[in-house]
Amino acid sequence: MLLIDCPHCGPRAEVEFRCGGEAHIARPGPHDSVSDAEWTDYLFTRENPKGVHFERWCHTAGCQRWFNVARDTVSHEILAVYPMGASAPEVS
Amino acid sequence: MTRRYSAFSLLQEGLRGQRGWVSAWRDSIPDGAYEAIVIGGGGHGLATAYYLVKNHGLKKVALLERGWIGGGNTGRNTTIIRSNYFFPETAQFFEFALKLYEGLSHELNYNIMFSQRGMWMLGHDRHGMEMLRRSANAMRLNGIDAELHDGDSVRRQIPGLNDSPRFPILGGLNQPRGGSARHDAVAWGYARAASAMGVDIIQNCQVSGFLIERGRVRGVETNLGTIRSDTVGMAVAGHSSVLAAKAGVALPVTSYALQAFVSEPVKPCLDTVLLSPATGTYLSQSDKGELVIGAGLDLYPSYAQRGNLPWMERAAAGVVELFPAFSRMRFLRQWAGIVDVVHDSTPIIDETSLGGFYINCGWGTGGFKAIPAGGWCLAHLMATGKAHPLASSFTLDRFRTGALIDEASASGIAH
Repeated sequence: MLLIDCPHCGPRAEVEFRCGGEAHIARPGPHDSVSDAEWTDYLFTRENPKGVHFERWCHTAGCQRWFNVARDTVSHEILAVYPMGASAPEVS
Repeated sequence: MTRRYSAFSLLQEGLRGQRGWVSAWRDSIPDGAYEAIVIGGGGHGLATAYYLVKNHGLKKVALLERGWIGGGNTGRNTTIIRSNYFFPETAQFFEFALKLYEGLSHELNYNIMFSQRGMWMLGHDRHGMEMLRRSANAMRLNGIDAELHDGDSVRRQIPGLNDSPRFPILGGLNQPRGGSARHDAVAWGYARAASAMGVDIIQNCQVSGFLIERGRVRGVETNLGTIRSDTVGMAVAGHSSVLAAKAGVALPVTSYALQAFVSEPVKPCLDTVLLSPATGTYLSQSDKGELVIGAGLDLYPSYAQRGNLPWMERAAAGVVELFPAFSRMRFLRQWAGIVDVVHDSTPIIDETSLGGFYINCGWGTGGFKAIPAGGWCLAHLMATGKAHPLASSFTLDRFRTGALIDEASASGIAH
């Protein structure tokens, strides 16, 4: 059971949130110079690490705002919460 | 030599005080080099090793398992077998698996306890019934058994359903040939049959890297040393991304925890398999008498083999809504397996950019029912270098071309 510290609402139970998958995926462009292989990577290929995962979350049942989380996919420990647009923090 | 199981051998051992039984399979250690290596000692890997020898005549095959065989998702699923898919490619593939399951106890000389007790999907509203009708028509067009029943007929055939449910039961779709099997027996049966034909089953052997020369695989590095082979297949479900990354292959896979539960055992009370998407219920009763309850995915990436509490509550609520009589039963065990989900919920059985390295993954929440066909097709690919016709659409390249087989929406897979 995750206790997620929403930057705007404070710590809440995971049922209030929706995970939006891997963070920091930049849309390739300009669109007419992007190969099929690059689109495939952008749309489908994921790091899916066993360990620290940088991911997006939305507080759907609360403030409905998006933010980023660094979370360990084995222990589920939340290592950092940081705003959208910020670069991934150093975590260990 | 593996002893053949029969009524006669049972009688013989009964008279001899059961002293003559031998281990069902050999626990091996690595032997230098092999014609083919299969990584992953779950159902798919074991079946692959078996069919490599049985169908393709390979002489020297190794199966590497990090833990113990059948200890991953093969030992963690809800053991349901069905082929109620929508698109011709997937329907034919899963129907082939179901047909192999029908003959598997005899094929392996090992009782996998496959009970074709039917597989029901319930409709709780007009739209749900329209979807079931569409499913039934698709299944029949694909040559698969399907029966559409109205609410009264469902109640006649499944006793104990709630008389006044919050979500009315308007009808149901039954696949009579669906059912459940003993999951461990599928792993052990394939292991025993493969071992009897000379496959080396090597447990506690973790692959840490790949030997690569000029763009081709030449073997694997493990905690038990280097094992050489020019043909390596992988069937490791939720750990597909982790292992493929060691070979330099990136996959369109995300790993999630899928959890299941069993109740305390009770006398037989449910003689079929029940799926009610609207109430989030996936229910059957095992031969031991436990109610087997499947939940949905915990929808964030995970490699923790445990599920979260909200789904436990939701699954229990769904069961109680459909069967009020079960409300006072207690959970006995709870667990989760790590499943390999791809965007279209259709498997991948394909070669990779690394020559000689083949993958079997993308089963998501439904790999158990596919075991015989998944092994059959991966073995075919590894032995011949060509995709089996049944799996020729299950490519990695479909994510580039856009030729997805979107069972995620077509057959209403709930995630």
